[in-house]
Amino acid sequence: MSAVTDWSTAPAADIAAAFAAGAVTARAVTDAALARIARLDGRVNAFTDVVTERALARAGALDAARARGAAPGPLAGVPFAAKNLFDIAGLPTRAGARINRERAPATHDAALIARLEAAGAVLVGGLNMGEYAYDFTGENVHDGNTLNPHDFGHMSGGSSGGSGGAVAAGLVPLALASDTNGSIRVPSAFCGCFGLKPTYGRLSRAGTFPFVGSLDHLGPMARTSLDLALAYDAMQGPDAADPAAATRPPEPVVPHLAKGATGLRIAVAGGYFSRGGEAEAFEAVAHCARALGVTRTVEIPEAARARASAYLITAAEGAALHLDRLRSRARDFDPAVRDRLIAGAMLPAPFVERAQRFRRWYRDAVLALFETVDVILAPSTPCRAPRSGQATFVLDGVELPVRPNIGLFTQPISFIGLPVAAVPVRLDGGLPLGVQVIAAPWREDLALRVAHHLEREGVSLAPVAALESA
Amino acid sequence: MSDRPTEPAFDPDTYAQTVAGALGIALDPAWIAPITANLRVLHAAAETVGAFPLPDEAEAAPVFTA
Repeated sequence: MSAVTDWSTAPAADIAAAFAAGAVTARAVTDAALARIARLDGRVNAFTDVVTERALARAGALDAARARGAAPGPLAGVPFAAKNLFDIAGLPTRAGARINRERAPATHDAALIARLEAAGAVLVGGLNMGEYAYDFTGENVHDGNTLNPHDFGHMSGGSSGGSGGAVAAGLVPLALASDTNGSIRVPSAFCGCFGLKPTYGRLSRAGTFPFVGSLDHLGPMARTSLDLALAYDAMQGPDAADPAAATRPPEPVVPHLAKGATGLRIAVAGGYFSRGGEAEAFEAVAHCARALGVTRTVEIPEAARARASAYLITAAEGAALHLDRLRSRARDFDPAVRDRLIAGAMLPAPFVERAQRFRRWYRDAVLALFETVDVILAPSTPCRAPRSGQATFVLDGVELPVRPNIGLFTQPISFIGLPVAAVPVRLDGGLPLGVQVIAAPWREDLALRVAHHLEREGVSLAPVAALESA
Repeated sequence: MSDRPTEPAFDPDTYAQTVAGALGIALDPAWIAPITANLRVLHAAAETVGAFPLPDEAEAAPVFTA
């Protein structure tokens, strides 16, 4: 531990271990994180709010508690930040929108912030995001774009762009994010981070600004699979304040992580997930498959229709949420978000109902697939991070708009709430890619075990971006 | 000869301006083109989903569970 000189770039597990051993104070770690944010965030634009006083008070309380002999929590002294759709007491919950910053400051923290702090973590701020989470780019017309720390000329991915940017830049070891159609998995791929989109209903969404209630998930992003698991374990548990929260008791993953991929039936997703992207997106999957000794391919049935259905439900539910604001404040939206929401408001109801009925069919079909396989590998995105502001890309010879199509491989998975560990893959010296490690509902343990195995094998790594020398 | 009436073509321009009134959303003329572009994408997605033969018994889950 003594070799660590910049605690803000250390993994959460190392910080918590050093704190527990008395090798570092929470104050020193928090100071280091705040200093790094002050030094570098002007270039990345990951943070929209830094809560310095709160963080220092919290760190001081942790140090005092340790001095009294109190047992430290599993994340004691670990700085973290949250996408700004999470309520942070004392701040209006922006959700990336100009309109929302007129809201009264939140009176309480979101449930997951409270649970991380109960485990000893220290909140240092709120993070940039695409407006109302209807975004895959990490661009925001109100707060500015979060830039990709590995190459400022490229997108961070979204909508949790600030979360990906902050973790990849080493501003925090851990960030909270949301994923409705891919908003954890896309920035994890573009920024080269680990991300966990748990099973729908697993982690409480209480105290967060919604987007599409039947698709919204929350989860952590980090630079190691162990840090993901530590955060995930600290956040599990029922919550009556979230109507979709499962009543399952916590099922800790950390004790099982070291089992790796041993004994698991793993396959690569074929068909829809093997076309429609650049060759390197599929090579990233093949790279992981080789490391796992996987040669089997399975086909997730009707994935294109699943994606189309998720697209329709998102448009309609999102529009319904914002209808009053579209009537009264349409000019205050990001134009790209406004136009998509207005179109969504115009969808005939039978189209949406049909998509919901298809969802039932698709869920049953995919669950049957999991009787013969434990984990499925698929690309996170069809390409590496596009250039900032890029409007179109060419996939399989067809020119398509970037914004809605970045999520074409993530949407069919979150559509039925499957848990996914998003792992970063570097094939060369260029920008990172991402692979989805997908498991059956409630089997986050299996997805994280495979992620841990890939990390241990050196196939999936998330180094801090080289900003200081850039 | 079929008795089935001819299916009318989808005209997103006219549709958007008509439905906006029902929704109470005032449209700036500059927004029409991007909104109709989005409507075309949504319409195509609906056709993709609608082409899948679902049994009548396939009900939407009243509360979605994973």
